[in-house]
Amino acid sequence: MPPALTTRALVKRFGRTTALAGVDLEIEPGELVGLLGPNGAGKSTLTKIACGIVRASGGEARVCGARSGSRRARAAIGYLAELFRFPDWLSAEEVLVLHQRLASSRGGAGERLDLLGLVGLADARRVRVSAMSKGMQQRLGVAQALVGEPRLLLLDEPTSALDPAGRRTVRELLERLREREIAVLLNSHLLSEVELVCDRVAILARGKLVASGAMDELTQARGLEVETGAGVRLIKEVGREQVPQVVRELVAAGEEVYSVRLIRSTLEETFLELTGGDRA
Amino acid sequence: MNAALIAFYAFRETLRRRVFLAVLVLTAAFIALYWLGARFVFSKTSGFAGNGVVDANVVRGATIFGLALFATYFLGCVLAIFLTLGAIRGEAERGLLQPLIARPVGRSSLVIGRLLAAVLVCAPYVAIVYATCLAITRHTLHWTPDRQIEPLLALMLAVAIIAAVSLLGSVFLTPTANGITVFMLLGVGMVAGLLGQIGAALKIHSLERIAEASSWVAPFEALYQRALFALTAETSGMTKTVISLGPFGGPQAGPGQLWPWSLAYLALATFAVLAVFARLDL
Repeated sequence: MPPALTTRALVKRFGRTTALAGVDLEIEPGELVGLLGPNGAGKSTLTKIACGIVRASGGEARVCGARSGSRRARAAIGYLAELFRFPDWLSAEEVLVLHQRLASSRGGAGERLDLLGLVGLADARRVRVSAMSKGMQQRLGVAQALVGEPRLLLLDEPTSALDPAGRRTVRELLERLREREIAVLLNSHLLSEVELVCDRVAILARGKLVASGAMDELTQARGLEVETGAGVRLIKEVGREQVPQVVRELVAAGEEVYSVRLIRSTLEETFLELTGGDRA
Repeated sequence: MNAALIAFYAFRETLRRRVFLAVLVLTAAFIALYWLGARFVFSKTSGFAGNGVVDANVVRGATIFGLALFATYFLGCVLAIFLTLGAIRGEAERGLLQPLIARPVGRSSLVIGRLLAAVLVCAPYVAIVYATCLAITRHTLHWTPDRQIEPLLALMLAVAIIAAVSLLGSVFLTPTANGITVFMLLGVGMVAGLLGQIGAALKIHSLERIAEASSWVAPFEALYQRALFALTAETSGMTKTVISLGPFGGPQAGPGQLWPWSLAYLALATFAVLAVFARLDL
């Protein structure tokens, strides 16, 4: 099975501004990848190229083996734009009917009920978009993106308008998508959210991919926090393997050890380090 | 198939817009005023038999129905512009376009669908207003244009061209800027038409050439003049001369290839939208 998304030396220029300066990224089927980067790093541009609404200036992007933007590639994706709106006179169910038709989905009423249930809008299927809160519209947007059983879901800031409960719903939804083998590219400013749900993180800065890997690979061991009778102190440059040795030495030195905790850098610290201190 | 689906939803949205309701109310007001005006004109001039050189009934009917034609053309254009001025950039800025474009729907389907929806609203609208005014004219002024179908077809095609031009503008401009631009284009066309009318009356060839050139650049105005011309196409002599100085533009048959050129212009404008939109980053 080809990767859900592959970009090779992907370049995008808007006039004199280079939004993407040669990005190589690969997302495997069923993988959940978080895309991080400060404002203007090129996250949305990359997502838009993947779904075919922006054309690349160089390099290539392929979705499930098909050139991005092609009919085959667009049939394989679900997309939730950062800024989106549905006709406000349509009900939740009518929005999904429209997208089922556009996606040539044969899921019918069953698919609509399933998706509305998945995003917690089962009771709001007849509610018009104009009567929905921003959060409800955002969840409807996620349901819309899932119409037609996409193999790659491109989510551009899907939780930006959601309250904590709504964010939790989306997180749980992403977990369930993992079970359905749907690959997800999650473009988000919320590092904690990415940390909680993603298998892997890709960090963009100034149009370049500056880091990519699993959470453990991106964060670094910072040392061991030890609580003894003398108080809490940090012993630097200690990895997991050295913990028993350190504890033995402390006990041998006559100290009473109450707790030990390995300290790793947070994703936020790694992010700030890699992006030169710009905030996401 | 997808174009029909987009057209269907765009059509439904159009009917739900308040602007459409406003147009309906204003159109009803215009028709009522036209009926009243036609009645007053008839009652005040029914005793006027003409001087044997000028047919008073034709002058009265053609002038008043010329007003109806102008209003039908203008209202049809207003509707066409408002339905399309924000179709691409405006809807992209509002976030309505992105969920549709990401689907396996050709961008061409979206353009054709939007144009189709606008024409499906505007053309019947023009036909209804035209037919109503024609019925009022017949009933109150007892006058019937020499040709009845040709003016209607000319107006419908003119409005379709305006919709296509406005759709093209919507790819480049924000809705407000596009609306202003297309209205100004409409105004320039009208001015060129009036210059041609003055040129023809005073035999100033340079003005006539300007009007002719504008017929190629803005065939919607030439079609409107053609519609006016068709009202009294079989009329001749002094009556025709008097009518040609009417206040709503000079009736001109226009260039010989007006119909094929207008259809080609509509097709070219549509292809231009397709070509530009296909390369547009959203």
